[in-house]
Amino acid sequence: MASAAERHTFPELAKRAVADTQLRRNIGNATQTIRAKRAAVVAEVPDWEDLREAGRSLKEHTLRSLDRYLVQLEEAVTKAGGQVHWARDGAEASRIVIEIAERHSVKEVIKVKSITTEEIKLNEALEAAGIRPFETDLAELIIQLGDDVSSHILVPAIHRNRAEIRELFMRKLGLTELSDRPSDLTAAARTYLREKFLTVPMAVSGANFGICDTGTICVVESEGNGRMCLTLPQVLVSVMGVEKLVPTWEDMEVFLQLLPRSSTGERMNPYNSFWTGVMPGDGPQEFHLVLLDNRRTDVLADRTGRQTLNCIRCSACLNICPVYSRTGGHAYHSEYQGPIGAILTPQLHGMESAASLPYASSLCGACYEVCPVKINIPEVLVHLRTRAVAQSGFTLEKLAMGAAIRMFDNPRLLETAQKIARVAQRPFASDGYITGGIGPVRQWTKARDLPAVPSQSFRDWWRTRR
Amino acid sequence: MSAAREEVLGRIRQALSRDPAGEIDIARSYRRTAALHGAELVDRFAERAEAYKATVLRVDAAGLADALERLRGRFVVPDDLPEEWLPPEFIRDHRQLGHRDLDAVDGVVTGCALAIAETGTIVLDAGVGQGRRAITLLPDFHVCIVPVERIVASVPEAVAALRTSLPRPLTFMSGPSATSDIELNRVEGVHGPRRLEIIILGETPD
Ligand code: SF4
Repeated sequence: MASAAERHTFPELAKRAVADTQLRRNIGNATQTIRAKRAAVVAEVPDWEDLREAGRSLKEHTLRSLDRYLVQLEEAVTKAGGQVHWARDGAEASRIVIEIAERHSVKEVIKVKSITTEEIKLNEALEAAGIRPFETDLAELIIQLGDDVSSHILVPAIHRNRAEIRELFMRKLGLTELSDRPSDLTAAARTYLREKFLTVPMAVSGANFGICDTGTICVVESEGNGRMCLTLPQVLVSVMGVEKLVPTWEDMEVFLQLLPRSSTGERMNPYNSFWTGVMPGDGPQEFHLVLLDNRRTDVLADRTGRQTLNCIRCSACLNICPVYSRTGGHAYHSEYQGPIGAILTPQLHGMESAASLPYASSLCGACYEVCPVKINIPEVLVHLRTRAVAQSGFTLEKLAMGAAIRMFDNPRLLETAQKIARVAQRPFASDGYITGGIGPVRQWTKARDLPAVPSQSFRDWWRTRR
Repeated sequence: MSAAREEVLGRIRQALSRDPAGEIDIARSYRRTAALHGAELVDRFAERAEAYKATVLRVDAAGLADALERLRGRFVVPDDLPEEWLPPEFIRDHRQLGHRDLDAVDGVVTGCALAIAETGTIVLDAGVGQGRRAITLLPDFHVCIVPVERIVASVPEAVAALRTSLPRPLTFMSGPSATSDIELNRVEGVHGPRRLEIIILGETPD
């Protein structure tokens, strides 16, 4: 993922992705389909805006007293028979999981899709310790068998088509006959994984919510692989970021409405599992909860950036984003993609490793409008750009950004600037698109087809019509 | 481990140290109930559950016997499932059945804690007539009996009612399992039961 010396910047990767037409078509179809489904089920809810406000305020309320809520959750989970562990970073979390596996002499674990465990590279750590992780989400299985990287937080294998998946399954699952119908491919995965579910004694999951007053953990999913992992093995370990808390059970009435409609565009996703510690005779008889920091407390310390921790990972901002729907997820070079990735990755992995990501946006604001917990992504982007620029010293971009903020605040200034731009761009505009430019504009247009400022602005045109 | 605990909690307190004192209010202007009653409530539940490709039957007590009569094959049932809800051929689960046994039966019949009309969801809470979680997970066919008085209108009403079910595990089910992972084609039936039949039991109120 984002490496110490960001080897590939967003502009380089985006250019490559946009050139790949198959990928573009898949991502384009996917985002369009989910967008339409989401819009339809959101329109059905008369109090959607009230729910968003409740979601935002619940998250901000919880973050403001995060220390107290974490201690409350720890107590409740422990009382219910679970064991709670704290991890300062990814390496520490991975060590905790490996120690539990070793104590049970486990050589294989089954996994439910979890971006948090991707973030901490748990699979690599398990493999290094001689423990084989099996991803059980269909898309994750496709990714794992293909030695591939996720491109969307909700549908990670969206860049693969059915022919590629068929070929992969035949080769890796040792099948001699298989059609490329999605139902047949799914059935092949069911058969392969059923045996794993029945025999592997330990599971690792993430968590969507940790409910502080009851110590209940929640995982939402579609395929039933989550229920399998949460129910059948003897030992269950859930790795959860410290920000995923809700104060009380009743608060789930908000998130159980916001999340499924924003995420898969369904009224409710097929399965939601809730469990509280250990239930004798039902499910795993040993439960561990690993509370992970991994720089989340740094994000918390930044009062503008902090709202990033409200995120419930619904992926609505990816599907609506004009940049994401053209480039796909790989360009972000991170387990978190799209608009949320552009603000979360640099904060979690460090500005030095992902300094180009805050620029992977046109600041159009669509992500803010769809976000179920009202994260003002454009605001955080601009804030992080300022931080990135501050770290790299004074540049023209800094000047331009400062000017841009002032302009969007002031329509008169914007109009004047557009007039100046129309004159200034003349030598570079061809076919209505700016392709070259100098200085900051050149940097900008390297990876963006910047639409040329039309010879007459909308405001000018409107005035002449009247 | 407690060194990590103290350090993480310390970092959080440090991060929050410059915040103004006092709590952030939670905005609760959203609906806590939905205006759905009587026949409309039951219709809405049936329609929304069908939208997920669940099969929905509506029966009275006599109709239930007929509906159960049609079930072919061996069904596992929770040890406390009422007599009138039993299919022709059944095995009661007293937790003696292993996972492979459950994998080998043809289906499962259970009741539920409640059902949510607006979302077409059934909720199991491991209470009476529902059994442990594994019995509704491994068999390929789940028949769930929903008495009409168990249907609530909205998610907030369901959440309020389920408070007393905790700390037992809860499972919300909305249709059979599904995936859209391959080219966004929806495929019903991945790992959970591939078929879900919901039998709504009782006179529909006016
Ligand atoms: S930032 Fe908002 S819209 Fe994007 S994934 Fe997170 S919660 Fe969803």
